[in-house]
Amino acid sequence: MKRLESYDDLRKLRNETREKISSYSDPKNAANRVIIRVGMGTSGIASGATQVLEFFREALRKRNIDAEVLMSGDMGYSYAEPTVQVTRPGTPPLVFGDVDTHRADEIIEKYIRQGEPVDGVIPVDYLTIEEI
Amino acid sequence: MDKKIKQLRLVLRNCGFIDPENIDEAIARDAYLSMGKVITEMHPAEAIKIVKESGLRGRGGGGFPTGLKWEFACNNKADRKYVVCNADEGDPGAFMDRSVLEGDPHSVIEAMAICAYCIGAGEGLIYIRAEYPLAIKRLKTAIAQAREYGLLGKNILGTGFSFDIELRYGAGAFVCGEETALIHSMEGLRGEPTVKPPFPAESGYHGKPTNVNNVETLACIPVIFSKGADWFSKIGTERSKGTKVFALAGKVNNVGLVEVPMGTSLREVIFEIGGGINNDRKFKAVQTGGPSGGCLTEEHLDTPIDFDNLIEAGSMMGSGGMIVMDEDDCMVSVAKFYLDFTVEESCGKCAPCRIGNKRLYELLDHICKGKGDMADLDRLRNMSEVIKDTALCGLGQTSPNPVLSTLDNFYDEYLAHVMDKKCPAGQCRGLMEFFIIEENCVGCTACARVCPVNAIAGERKEPHKINKGICIKCGACMEKCKFDAIIIQ
Repeated sequence: MKRLESYDDLRKLRNETREKISSYSDPKNAANRVIIRVGMGTSGIASGATQVLEFFREALRKRNIDAEVLMSGDMGYSYAEPTVQVTRPGTPPLVFGDVDTHRADEIIEKYIRQGEPVDGVIPVDYLTIEEI
Repeated sequence: MDKKIKQLRLVLRNCGFIDPENIDEAIARDAYLSMGKVITEMHPAEAIKIVKESGLRGRGGGGFPTGLKWEFACNNKADRKYVVCNADEGDPGAFMDRSVLEGDPHSVIEAMAICAYCIGAGEGLIYIRAEYPLAIKRLKTAIAQAREYGLLGKNILGTGFSFDIELRYGAGAFVCGEETALIHSMEGLRGEPTVKPPFPAESGYHGKPTNVNNVETLACIPVIFSKGADWFSKIGTERSKGTKVFALAGKVNNVGLVEVPMGTSLREVIFEIGGGINNDRKFKAVQTGGPSGGCLTEEHLDTPIDFDNLIEAGSMMGSGGMIVMDEDDCMVSVAKFYLDFTVEESCGKCAPCRIGNKRLYELLDHICKGKGDMADLDRLRNMSEVIKDTALCGLGQTSPNPVLSTLDNFYDEYLAHVMDKKCPAGQCRGLMEFFIIEENCVGCTACARVCPVNAIAGERKEPHKINKGICIKCGACMEKCKFDAIIIQ
């Protein structure tokens, strides 16, 4: 990492990273490739999120699906851990709750590959600070 | 704003959307930009004015205006000053701060740097409980990455402003969430509170001016600078601005984190966002404010949640634990549970808290066992009021609140316990009696064999009987019976 010497450096870095990353870190905008984000806070990990994350990495590699598997903190849905946010190119992300490896497989085969609906989607029930 | 959407993610803006172990993702979502703006373009006094204008109040429980706190620390001259983040989250059932630290540690680091610039501090300390290993790990990673970018350390962004952060671990004592006890604990002393004044803003860590803010309070700061004080103060109610994160727990369908603008009603939080009560049971009470708060009832459901309304209703905001109870919860037992917690966590320095809470607990236990009388109810109230008025710190001053609020709101239940010797919710074992329904009993003798005190007698294939004098009400017979022949009354 390069040390930032000024506020301008920071803003420049923000713009660069935003270009690189915002496509998959923005909760409400579409990405240009498949992005999977597994909630890895304490409650997620306690419910088995680590195995789910590993499964996604393995399965997507073996099945030759171009995707980025990332982690995040808790999304707040403790009643439905592990939670996974899946973004297909050109569509807003969906958050799936209660994802075990079996459900993960279903999400890959049905939703990611074919865009077919899969049960267990947690609706977006909040506004972001950009929206008000 | 869309009427149907009740939540606004301000504190939780990045939780779930960034990898907390990758600073680039945080920066892509504007982390450290507010800090950059403040330290390059603003005078400290100007920045403090913005925090004051935003109306932000401390989210740790007290609700003290944050800008004012910063101003006090700023005005006290000293060679060294400290910024402390209070991450000693201890209310039963609360996990808001942990989630913020695990999901978005940079927001807290950035806010601490802004605060340090405003009050003239060079060092920051995060007091976090050792029971949060993941939060600690992610904070350490985040601090290390921020240092590599020069966002912490000497001469930040070439402005000449220097600030760095260290972690201090707490052993999980509830009283260490009180700021003076927290400071003593960091100094290596016993975690006991001292009388204020002097406030930490005058004489805190090692006798130097110290500003202590809660995790959630700090997480609001970068947004106040990026969106403006005006924007922030438009959210919420007249005297409570912004949003509040609640850890919704208990008998509610959607257990988890909820962030709503101040002024949202309890009904909206519990029934709309929380999805209502488990198994279609009836709502009975909601406990807010942890061991310092109180139980609110159906009649409070439409109260807009803010600092002042909750106090008026006999509870308090607290740090944001919200425990929902249904008709199966006994309110006397709930009060007893919180007193048990307070007795355990009392540091023992002052007599009202050390001795008074113990006596309160014993009275409640007495009542739950069916040995209470009307005079005990008066004693409960009197003693609660004395403890409230005389205890040294916030822990003792608020510890009788669960008793007082249940006495106010559920007096009938106390009456049932002392007058009729009955627990309406069927929770207090001491007040129950076990019966065998003769018609259902086939005389299999399973109950008699499992009874640890041989209180059940009867011939094989004949209905059995429980000897009430011997029965210790353990319930083992009821679990064993396959014919639903044993009931509680």
